[in-house]
Amino acid sequence: MRTPALFIALLLLTGWLHAQTRISGSVKDGKGHPLRGASITIKDSYDGATADSLGKFHFEAAETGAQTLTITNIGYNPVEQTVTLSGTPIELHIALKEQLSELKAVTITAGSFTAGDAKRGAVLSSIDVATTAGSNADITAALKTLPGAQQVGEQEGLFVRGGAGYEAKQYIDGTLVNNPYYTSVPDIAQRGRFSPFLFKGTVFSTGGYSALYGQALSSVVLLESIDLPEKSEIDATISPLVVGLGTQQLARNKQSSYGFSYDYVNAYAYFKAIPQDVDYFRMPQFHNGDANFRIRTKSGGMIKYYTTFAYNDLGLRRQDWDSLNMKDAFGLTNHNWYNNLSWRDYLSNGWKMDLGASYSTNLDNLGQRVQNAANQDQSFNDSVFWMNYKGFNIDQRQDLSQVRAVFDKKLGTLSAIRFGSEYWYSYNYQKYRNPAYHTDTLYKFTDNFNSLFAESDIYLTNALAAKVGVRYEHSSVINKSDIAPRVSLAYRTGPEAQVSLAYGIFYQKPESNQLFATTNVGFTKATHYIINYQKMSKDRIFRIEAYYKKYEDLIKTVPINYYYSTYNNSGSGYAKGFELFWRDKKSIKNFDYWISYSYLDTKRNYLNFTEQMTPNFAATHTASLVMKRFFTKIKSGVNVTYSYATGRPYYNLMLNGLKYNLAEQGKTVDYNSLNLSAEYIPSMGNNKAKSFVVLFASVSNVLGYNSVYGYNFSYSGLYKQPITPPAKRFYFVGCFISWGVDRSQDAINNNL
Amino acid sequence: MRKTILFFTLLISLAAGAQSDKYTQVMQKNITLLDSAKTIDDLQSLAGTFDRIGDAEKTKWLPYYYAALAQTWIGWNPATQDKDANSAKINAYLAKAEAIEKNSELYAVENMSATQQMLVDPSTRWATNGKDAAAALQKGMEADPNNPRLYYLQGMSLFGTPTQFGGGKDKAKPLFEKSIALYKSAQPKPLYPTWGEKQAEQMLSQCQ
Repeated sequence: MRTPALFIALLLLTGWLHAQTRISGSVKDGKGHPLRGASITIKDSYDGATADSLGKFHFEAAETGAQTLTITNIGYNPVEQTVTLSGTPIELHIALKEQLSELKAVTITAGSFTAGDAKRGAVLSSIDVATTAGSNADITAALKTLPGAQQVGEQEGLFVRGGAGYEAKQYIDGTLVNNPYYTSVPDIAQRGRFSPFLFKGTVFSTGGYSALYGQALSSVVLLESIDLPEKSEIDATISPLVVGLGTQQLARNKQSSYGFSYDYVNAYAYFKAIPQDVDYFRMPQFHNGDANFRIRTKSGGMIKYYTTFAYNDLGLRRQDWDSLNMKDAFGLTNHNWYNNLSWRDYLSNGWKMDLGASYSTNLDNLGQRVQNAANQDQSFNDSVFWMNYKGFNIDQRQDLSQVRAVFDKKLGTLSAIRFGSEYWYSYNYQKYRNPAYHTDTLYKFTDNFNSLFAESDIYLTNALAAKVGVRYEHSSVINKSDIAPRVSLAYRTGPEAQVSLAYGIFYQKPESNQLFATTNVGFTKATHYIINYQKMSKDRIFRIEAYYKKYEDLIKTVPINYYYSTYNNSGSGYAKGFELFWRDKKSIKNFDYWISYSYLDTKRNYLNFTEQMTPNFAATHTASLVMKRFFTKIKSGVNVTYSYATGRPYYNLMLNGLKYNLAEQGKTVDYNSLNLSAEYIPSMGNNKAKSFVVLFASVSNVLGYNSVYGYNFSYSGLYKQPITPPAKRFYFVGCFISWGVDRSQDAINNNL
Repeated sequence: MRKTILFFTLLISLAAGAQSDKYTQVMQKNITLLDSAKTIDDLQSLAGTFDRIGDAEKTKWLPYYYAALAQTWIGWNPATQDKDANSAKINAYLAKAEAIEKNSELYAVENMSATQQMLVDPSTRWATNGKDAAAALQKGMEADPNNPRLYYLQGMSLFGTPTQFGGGKDKAKPLFEKSIALYKSAQPKPLYPTWGEKQAEQMLSQCQ
């Protein structure tokens, strides 16, 4: 009994050793391209092979009988196949299906430029924003070097594709920012309130944006605040214009942080050194304080709170354009408090939630008087009544409280649905006083604004994606509702190339000064059609985009008398054009440049326009060339930006009875500006340095081109005064020091 | 009957011994092949082989370590175009190994993987991949301060960094020296990694 058992056992053992089966074949992807490196394995054994550069493999399998063969390759769905190994050679041809993967899938790029440090498909990084010459770390100024935005220097805001500045909105972590810029000063553009270093990602949408956002006819800028800082640190800013001090403290367990900072801007020394065309009788002063805390939740979500308080004051005298002996003295005091609380968290079953709340209040005290050569306030008799309307006092307040909730559910690997709602409560108040006539007028309104939205990302393959959304909005002050559909598509046409399409309807409520006059108005409306082609490799991006926009129900001014108007929705218009963008970091070593070009054809009949006219903020051709070069040997970088725009139209629309007449029109000279900036980072690369220093200097409009942004017309229409910047050039020098962390990468500090 | 049991016990233990012996033999053979492998196809095939051994053995980190190492040698080859995709493979092998055991050898490979990604675009990736590479070295040295490969890799990193950024030959030299001293005194366990001594000596000669 024993011997045969042993014999059989030995026989079987030797049998296993000798019955080898040759397995050969190929592994390809769905399109028949060989998959080099794919792995072919007999499960739970050492036997197997790796596909070569032609996708071919072969090996001798020592196992016998029924076995499971697994074929795997990273990025592809694994395949299992049962084979019977009996010594007969086996040939297999296997096709693996590509997995839907975030890294490989197309992204919808029509109408949107993404900037961010770790973002896929990012066109600019936060450092790019800071080191773009001429931007001086102002987000809006940097975005103006991208196609779609106009070079408007006399007003703040982004003028996108034939849209006015107020038709572009900014959102921080999902909630609308009511006063993203410092309060307007006549004919001088103001900076944005927020530093680029607060944000890890920026999306600049020049149209066709998602159903998650609304109330912007032309464009949204979506800012996503950073999560936790990398290290605890203290920062200081020293410059003739600004001093600042701040800190960020990261908890030892790296799960929470807090920080605060304060800076103070005073233009006194600067204006003494660099004469200005306007006479500042109250030197511009800005106090800014901010504080934040951030907590990482157990499930990897974030709770973030950010608050900033700002106070600023200034007063300036400009030449009056009705009387060359007179001056208009304008003064402004502003208080602004902004709060943003957000909570992003991951729930079970692939659900994600984004909750946001924000509260802001903005208080302006504005005043203007007409003064004589000795700076004394003047009053006029009724024969020149228009002069009496140049004097005013305005006390105004805008409050906005918002709550927002968005829920997002992943369907499969990449597809997702999301839906949510937001509620805005806004309070607007204005007290207008005319000192000549001793008249006080009080305006106010409140609005309860609701929206509901739903959107779905649909990935059919890595090469084809669609985003379909719809948005419902209701505004109580005008008692109107709207439904806005949005659709976009992206299709990959080559390894790095894709075509995107976007369509959408966008609504916006009338501006508050219009709602003060009447609430018997409706939403203004724009319909966008966009087609985009993009080829993007690691170091190069080429984009071309064409669009058509149709405006309906734009606000028209209906004059009641010289100083008072009401409004209706009888305006309309269109914008069409195409844009090019090219960025190249590769062709020349250590040299990075981008070129933007925009062609714009737009006309609208809105406000006091007499017919379909090209608005005065729209130039037909706009181009920018941005260059950056870093010299590691001298630890310094040099940045150059050149911007060009053809002249913009200007109009003198005179009120004749109760009708506007086009008394004069023309075009301004072309706009040119060459900006330079440089940074020197002496402790760069020295990881052991206790303090990190950046020296920064910039000059805008180095060549001193004379820019004319438009004209102010006298009451008679006989005299026009050009609108020019208050000084030809702007200079900045500053020193930024931080203690506690190597900040080589964010070379320029945020407090600029 | 007792004899039968004894016999089968013997047979089973022999088979088990043969199995673990097979593991040592196969590993030894492939490690030798890895030392001499030159082409991407050869290295890719070896990475696959080590991965299969790891999958079959289930409790051993060394096969996955060598799979990751073979993939890393592919990453150093200038003909490898997509370093990010290659590093994804390295990191997938490392993740399998680290699920079994975390140690300084795995951190050394992690450092090389991150370095390869950083070198794609040093000026922008310095803050992300560069930081990961440095962190991997740091963790490796905490796990085993006497691993010569970590000092060799740190030396390489400094050697490649411009003097202005705190790198250069002078900074790298003491690290290569320390690395070589550690190689001389090292007594690696069977199948454990031994690579790097020759490279360190060659780099030291370049620092002279």
